[in-house]
Amino acid sequence: MSTDTPDPGTPSPETAMVRVVLPAHLRRLAQVDGEVRLSVTGRPTQRSVLDALEARYPMLRGTIRDHATQRRRAFVRFFACERDLSHEPPDAPLPASVADGTEPYLVVGAMAGG
Amino acid sequence: MSRVRVLVGTRKGAFILTSDGKREQWEVSGPHFAGWEVYHLKGSPVDPDRIYASQSTAWFGQLIQRSDDGGANWRPVGNEFAYEGEAGTHQFYDGTPQPWKFNRVWHLEPSLTDPDTVYAGVEDAALFRSDDGGQTWHELPGLRGHGSGPQWQPGAGGLCLHTILLDPRQSGRITVAISAAGTFRSDDSGKTWQAINRGLRSEGIPDEDAEVGHCVHHIAMHPDRPDTLFMQKHWDVMRSDDGGDTWREVSGDLPTDFGFVIDVHAHEPETVYVVPIKSDSEHFPPDGRLRVYRSRTGGGEWEPLTNGLPQRDCYVNVLRDAMAVDRLEDCGVYFGTTGGQVYVSADSGGTWAPIVRDLPPVLSVEVQTLP
Repeated sequence: MSTDTPDPGTPSPETAMVRVVLPAHLRRLAQVDGEVRLSVTGRPTQRSVLDALEARYPMLRGTIRDHATQRRRAFVRFFACERDLSHEPPDAPLPASVADGTEPYLVVGAMAGG
Repeated sequence: MSRVRVLVGTRKGAFILTSDGKREQWEVSGPHFAGWEVYHLKGSPVDPDRIYASQSTAWFGQLIQRSDDGGANWRPVGNEFAYEGEAGTHQFYDGTPQPWKFNRVWHLEPSLTDPDTVYAGVEDAALFRSDDGGQTWHELPGLRGHGSGPQWQPGAGGLCLHTILLDPRQSGRITVAISAAGTFRSDDSGKTWQAINRGLRSEGIPDEDAEVGHCVHHIAMHPDRPDTLFMQKHWDVMRSDDGGDTWREVSGDLPTDFGFVIDVHAHEPETVYVVPIKSDSEHFPPDGRLRVYRSRTGGGEWEPLTNGLPQRDCYVNVLRDAMAVDRLEDCGVYFGTTGGQVYVSADSGGTWAPIVRDLPPVLSVEVQTLP
């Protein structure tokens, strides 16, 4: 179990390779199998990871975040390192083990019936 | 020999049913967009291989899918539906102001002349248009802004714009229906609008014949007679012969005048179909008998059509966009149920047979008549 927490004192790497796991519906929409690996400039945040995700897969725009407000859709959650990051500020640094690719960043459809 | 392609939207994906002109043997493809709600699919009358589909879930929002090969392959196009200007408020169920918020696309209506132009009726109620094949969408704000918008209130399914009729004779005339606001018409391609609800009476609102507030469930029009409109209201089947300026009731001898669907025979503008539903609190056919009712007199006098339909223990519903007619010489009539059946009659309603029995709940049915 990872207990990584953001460490603002760590120097930002120039680029980070972040692993993102999408829910099945969005994997099918983006036509990807398994994890997505994204190159993110600077210390990765939820916003920069999702920006990179949407830049590579434009069909995902509006499915995770609202087009206009960029706020997380109500039935979408963000997990990493066994923590719920859904309510963290979008510009907060992601845990170091996500930034270095050890742990994936999970986009999850909330459990709410079928 | 002509063919038909039936486009079926369901709670868990889309299905495409194809047959030759006999409409006896069917091929079924799908589910397309499996697991997503598909409120509506519709093909361009100019280019039948161009089909638009509305795909959504509460989780991941709205997508618009487009096919350029008759539904074999699809690709997502634009899904940003932004209200024009200050969105303002409509009424919530309890009458309090509620900010306008986009939820989903209920109905897609391709242009009669240009396959790249398509209209979208959305919840919360507004009309959008795309002129680039669905890549980008812009609201026609004159509808919400014509004055009565702040008084609109949702029906049980939401504040949805679910019917879009394009007049084949007057290119600028668009008629739309909204639950539970009523019917509205534009004669200048959607710039300005007027409410056209005179003659409607609804017991569920304080002023029974108010200008707006009526729960219109669906409207149908025969393309050769666009001034004649047939409406299934929450209660009451209605008819207008002046483009919606005035309405009169034609429920006649129906066993119940509650229902959702209504459609018009392809070649007989006075032949109309409805599926009576018991009541607004019991959304199933009266007596557990699934009956389509047909009027050959433009309403008033109705006959039950039962041959091939279940006449006992049937408690499905038929939702507002789930009936369609083809344009073959022997007009085919189609409808889908919340029990997952899609029925066809290849003889104008005389006999019925299920094309499929076990789909997810059917939300919409459209049919394309192909060469």
